[in-house]
Order: sequence, then structure tokens, then C-alpha cells
Amino acid sequence: MNLTLHVWRQAGPAAEGRFVTYQAHDISEDMSFLEMMDVVNEELIQKGELPVAFDHDCREGICGSCSMMINGVAHGPQRGTATCQLFMRHFHDGEEIWVEPWRARAFPVIKDLVVDRGALDRIVAAGGFITAPTGGARDANNILVAKTAVDEAMDAAACIGCGACVAACPNGSASLFTGAKISHLGLLPQGQTERYRRVIDMVARMDEEQFGGCTWHGECQEACPKEISIDVIARMNRDYLKAVWMQRDGGDGGGEE
Amino acid sequence: MELNSRIPDGPIERKWDKHRFDMKLVNPANKRKFTVVVVGSGLAGASAAASLAELGYNVKCFCFQDSPRRAHSIAAQGGINAAKNYQNDGDSVWRLFYDTVKGGDYRSREANVYRLAELSVNIIDQCVAQGVPFAREYGGLLANRSFGGAQVSRTFYARGQTGQQLLLGAYQALERQVGLGRLRMYPRTEMLDLVVIDGRARGIVTRSLVTGEVESHPADAVILATGGYGNVFYLSTNAKGSNCTAIWRAYKRGAAFANPCYTQIHPTCIPQSGEHQSKLTLMSESLRNDGRVWVPKQKGDRRPPDQIPESERDYYLERMYPSFGNLSPRDIASRAAKRVCDEGRGVGPGGLGVYLDFADAIKRLGEQVIRERYGNLFEMYERITNDNPYKVPMRIYPAVHYTMGGLWVDYNLMSTIPGLHVGGEANFSDHGANRLGASALMQGLADGYFVLPATIGDYLGANKLAPVDASHPAFRDAERGVAERTRRLLSINGKRTVDSFHRELGKVMWDYCGMARNEAGLRHALERIPQIREEFWRNVNVPGSDAELNQALEKAGRVADFLELAELICTDALHRRESCGGHFREESQTPDGEALRDDEHFAYVAAWAYAGDGNAPVLHKEPLEFEHVHLSQRSYK
Amino acid sequence: MASHIAVPARRGAALGRIGAFWRSTIGKKIVMAATGLIMVAFVIVHMIGNLQVFVSPQKINGYSYFLHHIIGELLWVARVVLLVSVVLHIVAAYQLTRLDRAARPVGYARKTPQAATVASRTMRWGGVALALFIVFHILHLTTGTIQPVPYTEGDVYANLVGGFQVWWVTLIYVLAMIALGLHMFHGGWSSIRTLGMSQPQRQPLRRPVAFTLAVIVWIGFTCVPVAIFFFGLGRGR
Ligand SMILES: Cc1cc2nc3c(=O)[nH]c(=O)nc-3n(C[C@H](O)[C@H](O)[C@H](O)COP(=O)(O)OP(=O)(O)OC[C@H]3O[C@@H](n4cnc5c(N)ncnc54)[C@H](O)[C@@H]3O)c2cc1C
Ligand code: HEM
Ligand code: HEM
Ligand code: SF4
Ligand code: F3S
Ligand code: FES
Repeated sequence: MNLTLHVWRQAGPAAEGRFVTYQAHDISEDMSFLEMMDVVNEELIQKGELPVAFDHDCREGICGSCSMMINGVAHGPQRGTATCQLFMRHFHDGEEIWVEPWRARAFPVIKDLVVDRGALDRIVAAGGFITAPTGGARDANNILVAKTAVDEAMDAAACIGCGACVAACPNGSASLFTGAKISHLGLLPQGQTERYRRVIDMVARMDEEQFGGCTWHGECQEACPKEISIDVIARMNRDYLKAVWMQRDGGDGGGEE
Repeated sequence: MELNSRIPDGPIERKWDKHRFDMKLVNPANKRKFTVVVVGSGLAGASAAASLAELGYNVKCFCFQDSPRRAHSIAAQGGINAAKNYQNDGDSVWRLFYDTVKGGDYRSREANVYRLAELSVNIIDQCVAQGVPFAREYGGLLANRSFGGAQVSRTFYARGQTGQQLLLGAYQALERQVGLGRLRMYPRTEMLDLVVIDGRARGIVTRSLVTGEVESHPADAVILATGGYGNVFYLSTNAKGSNCTAIWRAYKRGAAFANPCYTQIHPTCIPQSGEHQSKLTLMSESLRNDGRVWVPKQKGDRRPPDQIPESERDYYLERMYPSFGNLSPRDIASRAAKRVCDEGRGVGPGGLGVYLDFADAIKRLGEQVIRERYGNLFEMYERITNDNPYKVPMRIYPAVHYTMGGLWVDYNLMSTIPGLHVGGEANFSDHGANRLGASALMQGLADGYFVLPATIGDYLGANKLAPVDASHPAFRDAERGVAERTRRLLSINGKRTVDSFHRELGKVMWDYCGMARNEAGLRHALERIPQIREEFWRNVNVPGSDAELNQALEKAGRVADFLELAELICTDALHRRESCGGHFREESQTPDGEALRDDEHFAYVAAWAYAGDGNAPVLHKEPLEFEHVHLSQRSYK
Repeated sequence: MASHIAVPARRGAALGRIGAFWRSTIGKKIVMAATGLIMVAFVIVHMIGNLQVFVSPQKINGYSYFLHHIIGELLWVARVVLLVSVVLHIVAAYQLTRLDRAARPVGYARKTPQAATVASRTMRWGGVALALFIVFHILHLTTGTIQPVPYTEGDVYANLVGGFQVWWVTLIYVLAMIALGLHMFHGGWSSIRTLGMSQPQRQPLRRPVAFTLAVIVWIGFTCVPVAIFFFGLGRGR
């Protein structure tokens, strides 16, 4: 099939960006969206032009590198699918496709479709962990975890940190990402001791990074390649409220619940 | 160069304990005076960086992705082995040790493998403490599954995302140290050279992939944990960015490269769908627990699978290897697949594929159970192929997956350059000539959490290191070298894209140095590779500038290194006239086509030393003694 | 690398508990949800009160008398609570809206909503409309400052019937009630989640309860002006 692409090109962080139109010729439907972009880039290079820069690595939908806004939908039309796992069979011959980078104040554009998602790492650095220095762990089977709990935790832990939730959210909110980590750790017995200081610290960091708030549009859940539910946001709010209520602001929440 | 493996003496069960006692310590107050550079944020790198920072060292960690969490370890699916014997099915440290040595076709170092098996137990404890959501039984205890090459159930897993969950555990520990200001993370930063001063590794030179800025990072010790080089074949299950640059530059600075030809071809990958293919996708080996591998009995049978009656199907793994059946080790399963396809019994377009069929398992356990176990893998398969594996059998074919070879290291994981340590897939490691499933995650974490933090301390405690800083001429030279090379790549302005060269190289490697190798083919490859390399440096087209994010330039540098490494791989493959594990020399096979080792002549580690461009690399041999596992023709029949 | 600076630990503690709470987006959101729910409660009670107009003039006037003279002080308590709620609700709404806007300085050329509803996307303008309505409404029926028809202190029935003879008054009310319905359809559902009181669900985006509630309130209010304007309720008098 042949396609018309309108791709956001931006030389650098400070540079002005604009859409440039490209033709993608005889694209096979077994190509992934990124392989289609490869074809376009090969042609550009042959013509002595600069290829379109975009983040990608695993191309298996797990590393969270790829990040394209395709026709106004983060990661494109197929639900629960990262850009690299989106195949061209979901498009039709002659279709026009708009490709844009993630857009958020916290995600400055570095070049073309590449943005800086370091803010997500900093949210994790603020508290998205269980303090368990190497060594001194007790036997794994001494900690019993209900299957239901671990399954729920795993649903949240599946987050690949792609930032599509932020990109899709009309408020540029990182609530789904942050809520997912808080839920993953907060649902496990190992995560209880730091549960409340964790939520206070991560939320504070999230705000400092200038992500927006959540007004419950639900766009993030639809865009999430791991289909993480907005229930994790409710859980984050609950823990946050508890943390403040129990004077656990940054305090060392005891292991209750 | 002498290869001193520094294996502690004493009985094998006591070696590591004893060694830990004998090792020098650094007093806590002094630790922060030492800078340790860790290149790589995968399982090995992240766990080492976090653990060293926890100990109080001043750590700098580098990765080329935009976040340490994206290291290729994230893609590991199936699981991680540990000799916990939670299933009470007769597992033990000894058995894991034995299985790994045997699985590696008796080409690994007993002492290292034993230590690995010992530490496997602590890894699971550590990861659970960090909140890794391993699968559980209803009672709340940890669940296990079986993996290729083992008859016990010792594999721990988190759905089909084990590597992701383990890496996130290590990544979170790492970010915690970042938050505490004890560790500095450098994402989107590529190591382009190693700096050696007075015979010791004293730092690295990097290039920022965002600004192009070339920078020196002096250090007291350097750890490379930069992963495998499977992408030398262009098509592999590795991430697009996986590369050999870091270890190759170290090799050129004097680190010996061990067993480069030991590459693992994974039997269960999604077959290539066309020329445009940019990478191959693995379908976790764990699928072989419940899937049955088969092809039609007669050649060129083009009927759809459901129309081929049982009687006309050949479940060849179950037929050829009754005791291990569908769970026979990777090298064996891959070659068997190649064989049936060469016989013209392959399925799917081009006849390059075999069926992995879940019909029986679904009948036996019900679709729900199968969905529980492999749901996300099935989805991934359907996304890519547009077939529903609950209804039609999967089509799979072997693909390059893992490289057992890597930089040579001693028992302390130190290379032949003092101060340069290597962990994870980047070292030649504990897997011999073939790695068993679920053992790489185990090795990466054993290296990073437990071995390196101890041995780095020993190195720093035992040696008096003169202070160096970035103004040292050695750094200046390295920086100049890096800038110069980049400038050269940009100034060629030829006709061909980097990818076209990479594809060409990959094809040569796959055809002549792939699943089956022979003298003539390897000699041919050794002619072709220098030709491709020569054209590359004459005719490659790398657009853009050096002072910006330039992905074409990144690729070019990596492919340039692959073009050199490929030659070493073939040289090693040619010299090793035996078949062992992943290295199959057609000249050396049993009557029924199994790999035939030649222990008399080849029971050694082949460590190659760089001897300057244009000169043949020098071979050094580390003989392998086997006191505990007695050498035998590997059989899974 | 800038994107990996050390994170100052223990932030929340720095500013006092309440301060930190109010400064955080979640804190503000929780305030909105709480005040919003107070208003929801009021609106429902208020609606029931209004429906007495269908019983008899005496009934509703009596109700008003009850409010103003029997429980006098309590009324002021209620007024204060409501006033505080409205103010907090509006301030939080305003500040959050600014933050949310700032979070995406450059918009998309194409943006195809996947889940956002009309209700969720009109919370802000709908809110503003409600604010204006409430002011107008109080000036109209409580203080009698705005007098489409002469206002009689205490005779709620007359004021209603009189007021809703005038087409534009009725129009304002009918439109305002649409804004209210939408606002409650989204708000009634989202506030429960904001407060973390919701249970995990298969499809969290389905919201039957909020929907029914919104419809009831919408009809419950709208029927009064409609009945008076179109069906001549109380013309006889
Ligand atoms: C699809 C797939 C599935 C797998 N499944 C399993 C499994 O189920 N069980 C199992 O045991 N093993 C599995 N493996 C193997 C295992 O995942 C890897 O061997 C292991 O994760 C390697 O980890 P590592 O830390 O050594 O390297 P990696 O995780 O590859 O990390 C490499 C790091 O080095 C950095 N780096 C590389 N080059 C440079 C440079 N020049 N400069 C700066 N940084 C650099 C990268 O940014 C990255 O952070 C699988 C492998 C693949 C490909
Ligand atoms: C058709 C719809 C409505 C009708 C017919 C109506 C009618 C009335 C009447 C008759 C009064 C005066 C009561 C009295 O003085 O005894 C009143 C007061 C009031 N109404 Fe409404 N109302 C309507 C909708 C609303 C809505 C949607 C809100 C809020 C969002 C609202 C908020 C108020 C308030 C705050 C007062 C003042 C109460 C007080 O302090 O005395 N009304 N309304
Ligand atoms: C007085 C003028 C009002 C304004 C300006 C206003 C504004 C808003 C805005 C902008 C929101 C969503 C913003 C966000 O979620 O961040 C909101 C939410 C809400 N509003 Fe209002 N509103 C007003 C009146 C009301 C009334 C009268 C009610 C009750 C009937 C109400 C109930 C709610 C509820 C329950 C929410 C949901 C809060 C949440 O999502 O957690 N609001 N309001
Ligand atoms: S929550 Fe979903 S969308 Fe957001 S970062 Fe994680 S995986 Fe991506
Ligand atoms: S889209 Fe945004 S508003 Fe909340 S529900 Fe998701 S974060
Ligand atoms: S490239 Fe890794 S998730 Fe898409």
C-alpha cells in the first residue's frame, strides 16, 4: 500500500518545528509501523536528507522506548499496543497519517519525535522503590503473597514507562504512571512499611515535574499499551489521603493495613 | 598475556566462601573516595551499580537508552533459574551446577558455574524483597515452571515478563541511589573508548547521544555490562540498539575476547515475514512446556495444519529425544528444526518454519489455564502474525538469540586488563558453548548483586592506585581518537545506508557462521567480511552532523565495530574444528547428526588477543579441567 | 545529565501538612471532590424541596417558612457551609485548570479522544456557567434583587410561578440545568474516585449510578420551570 505521512520535524530542543509530508511507497501490511518508518528513512538518506529521529529499541512492546502520536492517538489505533507492535495491516492504502511526538511540558522535544522522559525516572527516584539493599533478604518463601494480590500487583507493574498516558491525557498528567508504581508496591506485603512516605514523595515529585492533575478523562487507560486501569489512580489518591490524614506526610508510615 | 583464572583452591563448595574471606576490604570511610564506572544498566549493570552505591562507592552508570529501565534485559520473558528446590523435585545447587556445565557442553569453568548455582538462591530472595511480583500458588508460596535442558521445575517467573520485573527491581534500587545522590546516571550516553593507564583501566570516554559532546570519565575501576553482540547477525532477538562497541573497544585496548564463535540460536522465534524485517521476535521457550513441536511427515505438504491427521504429523523432538522431548536444549532443538526444514518439511511461506501446537494442552488444561500462563505471549504472536494461536498452531523458526562468548574474565570477573571487570552477557561467562534457558538472568544478577560488589572491593583494597584526572594525556588521546573516528564516518558521504551494510554482513554471518558451520563456508565468510568492511569505509552514507542527536551516526559506529568483530567470530569458528553446544561444525558430528566434541584437542577456552589492525589476533588457551562433572557425550535421548 | 539530578528526599515535610496537601494537585482535587459532593447533597435536598410546588402553594411556602423562621440559625450554618464549599471548589477548579493547561504548552495538530466524554470535557465551562447561574438565581429567588416580575418576600410559590412566566428566565434555568446535569454526570462519578472510595472494576469508565443521579436531578429541577411555562402550572391563582 501507499501512504501519505505528515511527520513533525524539529531540528533541536530550541528549534522551531513543523510538519513535513512524505510519501511511503509499497508498504507491506506485515511491516510494523516502525519498519514503515525505516523504509521512509532509508529513502530520505538516499536522497541525502536527514532521517526522522524516533526512539525505539526492543521493538517487542516491552522497553517503552517507542513513542509516537499517530493520527491523534498515542501509540496509534490498536488498543493495548505500543507503536513498535502496531502493524500496517491496521491502515489502508492511500491513508493520510499524522505523526507527532509526545507533547507535555515535562517531556521537552529533543529532536523530531524524540522527547526527554527523564521526569518519569525522577518520579521513581523520589520513592518508587522498596528499600531493600543487597544482602540480608530473608528466604523468599517466608513472605507469603496471596495470588490475587500478586496478580493485581503484576497488572500495575506491567507499566513500560512509555509515557503514552501523559501524552494522551488532556491535562498532561502522569497519574497513571505514578499510580501504577504506587499500586504495584502498595499491594505487596513487602511494600507496606514505606507505603505512605512513598506516595507523598512520588506525588510531590510528580507535581514538581509540572505534570497536570487528573480530571478523570480516562484517555490514559485507553492509550496505555499495557492497558493499566485508572483504578490505580484511585488507589494512589486513597493512599495519599490516608498518608496526609494519618500525619504521614513524608513520615515513616508504619506497616498497618 | 597470561590467562590466570585465579580460581581459589579448596573444595568447590567452599571456594566462594573462602575467597570472600580472603578478599581485601575497603574501609567504609574510604569507599566514597573511589569512583567506579559502570557501563550498562541491564540486569548486570543496574544491580552492580546499585549495590556498589549502597556500599558507599561513588558510582557513575551509563546507558545508551533514554532511561536505564529500557536496557535490553527488559525483554527477557520466560524466567530465572534458582536451585531452591521449592518443588521438592530433587533440585539442588549440585544439580543446577551439573545441568549448567552439561548444558554448556563442557566448555565452561566449573568453579564459576558452581558459584553461580550457589548464588542463584540469594537472587530470588533479593528480588522478592524488592517487590518483584513472581508468580505465586494459591497458598501464597512461589510458583515454578520447567525450562529447556532441565528435568526439575526450578524456573521462577512473572507472567511472560520476568526480565522486565527483575530489571525494574534493579532499576528501582538504582534510582533510589540516584535520589540519594550517591549514584550519577548518564542516559543517552555511549561509551566509545576505554582508557588504560600504566596497564590499568582508569576510565572511559563517552559521547552524549543528545549533544554529541565527547567527555572523559576517570575512575578507579571500570565495569562493562553492555550485553551481547547477537546483532552482528543483523536479524536477532536482541534489541535494535544492542551492540558490541564497548567490549570491542576494550578488546582493542588489550582485553582478551573469549569464545567469540559461541552464539546461541533460539528454536522458538517468529519466522521472518519479509525483506523489511528489522528484528526477530522470540516466543519464550517456556511455551515448550505445553506446546508440541511438529512438521508434516511428507515433504512439501502444503495442507493447513488442521487438515493434517495425527498419523501424518512428525513430532520430531519427542521422536528423537524421548526423555527431554519438546524441552530438549536450545542448540539441539534449533538444529533439529533446521534439519526438518532442510528436508523440505518446513511449513509456512518459504518452508522456513515448524509448528508449535497447543491443541492438546488446551484440550487437557482448558483455554483459561493456557491464557493464564502465556496470555501475553499469545497476544504478541497474534499482533505480529495476525493468527490466533488458540486456534491455529504457532509457526516458529530458530533465530540468533544470545552470545555465550564475550570478554575473557577470571574468577573475579576481571578481564586481562587489571581494573576492567565484565559482567552479564558481555563476559564469556558461565554458559560454556550453550546457555540453558533462564540462566542468563541468573548470571547477570549473580554478577551484579553479589560477585562484582565483592571483587571490586578486593581490587580497590589490594591495589594502590595513583590518582588520575581527565587532563591526563591518555584521556586526551582517547577523546581525540573518538572525535576523529566520528568525523571520518560523517565525511565519507557514500552511496549506501548503514543498514544496507548491516544486512549484508548479517546475511553472510547467518549463511556461513550460523546454525551449521563448515571450513569452506567460514573461509568464504573470512574473504567477504573484509570486502564489506572496506566498502563500508569507502561508500557508507551517514547524514547529519556530530553535534546533535544523530541516530544514523550511532548505528554507523556500531556497525563498523560489528564488521571487525564478525571476522574474529569466524576466525574462532574456523579454528574450533569440533562441534560443541551452539557451535556446530558439520565436519564433526555423530552418525545420527548430533554435535561431536573433541575434548582431547578443544577442551579449552579460546581467548583472542588484539595484535593491531591488519594483524591476525593471537590465540591464548585456558585449559578446562573437570573434577566434578565427568565429560561425556551429551545426550538428551 | 540534567535529567538525573538528585531528588531532595522528604519534600512533603518541609511545608506543613495542610500546606503540602493544598499545594499538591491531588490535595486540591480531593478538596474539589469533597466540596462538590456537599453541593451534590444540597442540590438533591433542594430539588426535593422544589418539587413540593406540585403539591400545593401552601406546602412549598410552608417549607420556605420552615427554613427561614423555624430552623433559622441552622439555615445560616447551611449557607456558610455552602458558601465555603463553593468558594473552595471554585478556587481549586481555577488553580487546577491553570496547572493542567500549563502542563501542555504545545498542543497536538491532531487529537482523537478515545474515552473523554462531553461531560468530562465541559466540566470547566459548565462550572463557570453554574457559578453565573447561582449568582443570578440567588439574586432572583432569594434576595429578589432581579425582578422579572414583582417579588413577594415569603411567597415562594408566587415568585416561582411569576418568574417562570417570563421566557428568558425559564430559558436560563433550563440551560443551567443541562450544565448541572452534565457536571454531575461526570463529577458524581469522578469525585468518588478522587476520594479513592471506588472499588476496582472491569470497565471503570462505566458509571450507571452517576448517570441515574444526574438524570433524576436534571428532570427534578427542570420540570418546575417547564411545568409553569408550558403547562400553566399555578395560572389559576
Ligand atoms: C527476547 C529475549 C528474551 C530472553 N529471555 C530470557 C529468559 O527468559 N531467561 C534468561 O535467563 N535470559 C533471557 N534472555 C537473555 C537475557 O535477557 C540477557 O542475556 C541479559 O538480560 C543480558 O543482560 P545484561 O545486563 O548483560 O545486558 P543488557 O540487559 O543487554 O544491558 C546492556 C546495557 O548496556 C548498555 N550499553 C550497551 N552498549 C553500550 C555502550 N557502548 N555505551 C553505553 N552503554 C551501553 C545498554 O544501554 C544497556 O543498558 C533473553 C534475551 C532476549 C533477547
Ligand atoms: C429549576 C431549578 C431551581 C429552582 C426552581 C430553584 C428554586 C429556588 C427557590 C424558590 C429558592 C428560594 C427558597 C427560599 O427562599 O425559601 C432557591 C434558593 C436557592 N437555590 Fe435554588 N432553585 C433551582 C436550582 C438551583 C440550583 C441548580 C442550585 C445550585 C447549584 C440552587 C441553589 C440555590 C441556593 C444556594 C439558594 C439559596 C438558599 C438560601 O440560602 O436561602 N438552586 N432556589
Ligand atoms: C460553582 C461553580 C462551579 C464551578 C466553577 C465548578 C467547576 C468544576 C470543575 C472545573 C470541575 C472539574 C475540574 C477537576 O476535576 O479538576 C468540577 C468538578 C466537580 N464539581 Fe464542580 N463546579 C461548580 C459547581 C458545582 C456544583 C453546583 C456541583 C454539585 C452539584 C459540583 C460538583 C462537582 C463535582 C462532584 C466534581 C468532581 C470532582 C472530582 O472530579 O473529583 N460543582 N467542578
Ligand atoms: S502507565 Fe501505561 S501508558 Fe503510562 S507509562 Fe506505563 S505503560 Fe506507558
Ligand atoms: S487521561 Fe488524564 S485526566 Fe486522569 S484519567 Fe487519565 S490522567
Ligand atoms: S521499541 Fe520497545 S516498546 Fe516499542
